Amino acid sequence: MIHSLFIINSSGDVFMEKHWKSVISRSVCDYFFDQQRKVANPEDMPPIIATPHHYLISIHRCCMFFVAVCMTEVPPLFVIEFLHRVVDTFEDYFSDCTESIIKEHYVVVYELLDEMLDNGFPLATESNILKELIKPPNILRTIANTVTGKSKHPFVLPAIGQLSNVPWRRTGVKYTNNEAYFDVVEEVDAIIDKSGSTVFAEIQGYIDCCIKLSGMPDLTLSFMNPRLFDDVSFHPCVRFKRWESERILSFIPPDGNFRLMSYHIGSQNIVAIPIYVRHSISFREAGGGRLDITVGPKQTIGRTVESVIIEIPMPKAVLNCSLIPNQGKYSFDPVSKVLIWDVGRIDIAKLPNLRGTV
Amino acid sequence: YKLPNDFDKLTCTTDKLKQININIEVCPERIDLIHKNYRKLCNLLVDVDEWGQVIIINMLTRYARTQFTNPNINEDSGEDLNNKPFYDEDDDEDDDDDSEKGGKRKKKLMLDGDHRLLLRNTKPLLQSRNASVVMGVAQLYHHLAPRSEVMVVAKALIRLLRSHREVQSVVLNCIASISTLHKGMFEPFLKSFFVRTSDPTHIKLLKLEILTNLATETSISVILREFQTYISSHDKEFVAAAIQAIGRCASNIKEVTDSCLNGLVSLLSNRDEAVVAESVVVIKKLLQTQPNEHKDIIIHMAKLVDFITVPQARASILWLLGEYSDRVPKIAPDVLRKMAKTFISEEDIVKLQILNLAVKLYLTNPKQTKLLCQYVFSLARYDQNYDIRDRARFLRQFIFPSAGYDNSRLAKHAKKIFLATKPAPVLESKFKAREQFQLGSLSHYINASANGYHDLPNFPETAPESSVRDVEPPAPPPETRSKKQHTVKKHSFYSESEQSSPADEDAGSLHNQLNSECVFINEENSEFIYVMCYLQKKKKNKKKEESSAESESEEETSGEEEESDSSDEKNKQKTKPAEDTTPAAKPKTNLDLLLELDDVPPTMTPVLTPSLGGFLTPVTNPVMPITPASIQLASPSFIPMKTQELLNKISGHGLTVLSRFTRSPHLFSPSMVSIELTFTNLSSDEISDIQVSNKNLPPGMTLHEFAIISSLPVNMTLPGTIGVDFNDSTQPVSLTISTGSGNSNQLTIKPPIGELIRAVTMPEPLFITEQSKLRGMNEHSEVVTLPAYYSEHKMISQHIYEACNVANIPSTDPKTLRFAGQTLSSKSLVLVTVKLLDNEQVNISVNCEKMVIGSMLLNEIRSHLRS
Repeated sequence: MIHSLFIINSSGDVFMEKHWKSVISRSVCDYFFDQQRKVANPEDMPPIIATPHHYLISIHRCCMFFVAVCMTEVPPLFVIEFLHRVVDTFEDYFSDCTESIIKEHYVVVYELLDEMLDNGFPLATESNILKELIKPPNILRTIANTVTGKSKHPFVLPAIGQLSNVPWRRTGVKYTNNEAYFDVVEEVDAIIDKSGSTVFAEIQGYIDCCIKLSGMPDLTLSFMNPRLFDDVSFHPCVRFKRWESERILSFIPPDGNFRLMSYHIGSQNIVAIPIYVRHSISFREAGGGRLDITVGPKQTIGRTVESVIIEIPMPKAVLNCSLIPNQGKYSFDPVSKVLIWDVGRIDIAKLPNLRGTV
Repeated sequence: YKLPNDFDKLTCTTDKLKQININIEVCPERIDLIHKNYRKLCNLLVDVDEWGQVIIINMLTRYARTQFTNPNINEDSGEDLNNKPFYDEDDDEDDDDDSEKGGKRKKKLMLDGDHRLLLRNTKPLLQSRNASVVMGVAQLYHHLAPRSEVMVVAKALIRLLRSHREVQSVVLNCIASISTLHKGMFEPFLKSFFVRTSDPTHIKLLKLEILTNLATETSISVILREFQTYISSHDKEFVAAAIQAIGRCASNIKEVTDSCLNGLVSLLSNRDEAVVAESVVVIKKLLQTQPNEHKDIIIHMAKLVDFITVPQARASILWLLGEYSDRVPKIAPDVLRKMAKTFISEEDIVKLQILNLAVKLYLTNPKQTKLLCQYVFSLARYDQNYDIRDRARFLRQFIFPSAGYDNSRLAKHAKKIFLATKPAPVLESKFKAREQFQLGSLSHYINASANGYHDLPNFPETAPESSVRDVEPPAPPPETRSKKQHTVKKHSFYSESEQSSPADEDAGSLHNQLNSECVFINEENSEFIYVMCYLQKKKKNKKKEESSAESESEEETSGEEEESDSSDEKNKQKTKPAEDTTPAAKPKTNLDLLLELDDVPPTMTPVLTPSLGGFLTPVTNPVMPITPASIQLASPSFIPMKTQELLNKISGHGLTVLSRFTRSPHLFSPSMVSIELTFTNLSSDEISDIQVSNKNLPPGMTLHEFAIISSLPVNMTLPGTIGVDFNDSTQPVSLTISTGSGNSNQLTIKPPIGELIRAVTMPEPLFITEQSKLRGMNEHSEVVTLPAYYSEHKMISQHIYEACNVANIPSTDPKTLRFAGQTLSSKSLVLVTVKLLDNEQVNISVNCEKMVIGSMLLNEIRSHLRS
């Protein structure tokens, strides 16, 4: 399975490595760098590279490459999914995942990796269990440790019996205020052609929870109209059978933040797109061109559209933009050639507009 | 090595996982270690942690490939049309043979109980949040499930496309591989593969590949329109691939070849040189597949030689001119003249083609080109590249034979050699070759055998005895268990039940019987097992009776045996309690308790853990009963784009309303037909507050209005969707639409009968049983003569899809097309069968509980087929 993990920063340095079996020389990353030189931007990096003796499976997140080295046949998604889980855990522990943060918490990072993978096989990946074993860093504890001179970490690990029967929930949770929050996030993906008609639209939704309940709560969540979901995927805590027979989510939640389910509403349903963008762009041979963009609301069922941000990838030829928005701010990144226009709230009476030369 | 036997804990701890892994790594072919644990593994799969699931699924896939027969074997042989009538004749001749063969065929349709168990227990895992679990189940279904059931994984795979970039890449790779084999699976999700500008290049290329694989006559227009937009992208590699994709579509689908070719030719005048060059190469390939009558294109391309600098494209043009020089006798020599001038500065590949062109022209038209040829050849003779020098020396022998070899055979046959018709290149997916690797494996992705990869074993011809898995005390399928009990109790019974089987099998069963006996003796305390069985039996007494009754009706062929079996069983159940009260009443020892813990579902009460899917399921009998539950809603196979004008601009004071049936379920209620209304303002003023002010509905109907359109600017178009429950009748509904300026207009909507139906799918056997229930008055049939141009089934299907919203049911008989749907309000089934007769006639029959709908639908289909 997974032999080693290398973390490579954006400037191409291997700043961290971890081996679960025998040590594999860093030079194996040269194949990776060879490939990296061939592609224009890190997004285009192929996730799997076959070298004569090793297979490099990499993900690109937070401006870093996480490269796992395997020696034998393994389902690639298995490794990819695991690497993403590792990054998720880092983000959960350190609230962000950057090179400097990893360097700052080397010890915790190594401990986490040791706990998550055992001889190349994933072991504990649920954050509730991990947090039981390895306490997340916090300022108070760091200060206390420096003052008392104690080691950062407790020598006594929780005995096996203390780990709960429900693998994703720790035992003995107590809160004075019992509360549960549910966020429903929906993303609309649409492809709209030149004339403004929708070619394809779909909705991807998530239910994210923050549960702070004592003991072992058993929750159910029912939907007004579950038929709408085309396809769903659940956190392992959800009972599949209940969903299949009654369309009810029944689960014992993990403690803290987690994603309960994600769903997908496909193109067979009608997807209302909240805004429309009208544009006219012309480029002249000599260089320079005109740009005129107007945004307006569409099918909003009487609600106002807020915090609108428009991103426009520009062709390589564009060097700079001088534009005048009648609302909000714009910025243009000459390296990635992306124009970002932060519109804010859309007022129907005065439609936001951005015009000028590029 | 011993596989973990105690899956008593709810979560699989790593120790056990590791043992499984050791098993996989050390002795992948030792499947005998899995036998005993197979059912336990299947049942516990849902409760194992995510990573364990992936490993177990992979192992079970390999195991199942060695233990069960190919579920699709019928389809594979079904394509062999010649065999069928032969069989039928044979069957008529002697009845004994008939019954035996019928039995065989039937058996093949039904899956082994354990096979079914595996498929059923892995299905919920498609809902996992872990992409690799989903992929694992997908590959399991791909390699093991009957064709009709593989469809379920498509949706889940599509969902993964929303995930991280790396996941997308792997999943798209697998989809591309599947799509070369089974187009139909992903066709409904075609639009999910449309490329986004934000995708990285390699994802774009994969999506393009899939779109090309999925293209069919019906979807090609949509796909080509997409491809056209891709060409204006600024990602060069992607544009090139898009043009090649157009070429592949053109050569695969005859209907669009010409329009594609025209499109490609128009690309030749594109400003971007890379686009032009790529189109030249693709056109060359296309012309090769159908070279007749494209003189103007060749001439056009010949002109391009002056502008194009990309060597690949230049070489293609030269090759074309050489190959078809007889069509453009005047231009070809001229081009050669130009090329001779620039010969020195050309790239190698172009130089080779110049030589090629020179030889071909010399052979057809020696008078004009002899000098040019000599010139080119002498230039080539002193070229820096030895390949070109060699080629020149070789070709020279054909046209300017050296002295003394004037009459050599080569020179004589030169014309035949060079101007022979060349076979056209076959443009096909590069993912075709990947089928040999297990889907979703590392080897599949890199298209080479990875270290430690083992080929997926092929299905065995005949399944090995399923009883090997019975050894463990309580086995989920009740039938097998009862057999085993009989073995313990009364030896003669087991062999009795098998008596009808051929003699050689008899010996086998005897052997088996001995085997199982040995096992029981070997177990330390066989009595406890006995007790266990008894306990189980007691609990499940009623259930078993039901299930055995069910299986009786299902397996008609083995009906007799079953009957004796079950009656015996009942007898035994009566007698048993009396005999067994003592052991059952015994206080339980430790071992007993352990065994009980070890046990599968029924004896165990689920505690604590949710997602106890496996535990909460009642154990069903191995052969899945075909119930109406297996009727599933399907997405429409065709979405009409035809609109109907409800309100014209004169009577609507500048407002026009178009309507279209979207065939998608309405959000408000599933029994509603959703109708898309398109409002266009053609007046000179803005129209405000468009809404439904009054509706006049016949009794029983309901209507859900569209959201108020607060303002419609001049020359703008906005959609609104209404839902109407027509209550299964075609009576028109009328509604009044009013605008802010006080105008109100009456609209009348009359639905075609075909829109009151929703497509459903079901297994073919169910279709046939349902159809047989709807005979007599409920059946309407008619023989229709088709117009001559109906060449293929697809055309007929297409017309039926246009007429009504039904779904195709894969049929084992190539001469019969089956379609199913259900009415929206009353949910009664609508079954359409089209039998192809000789001399271009078809017999259409519509079975529907509602006679009116049946007859109206038949008329509708008939008129659509004739049009």
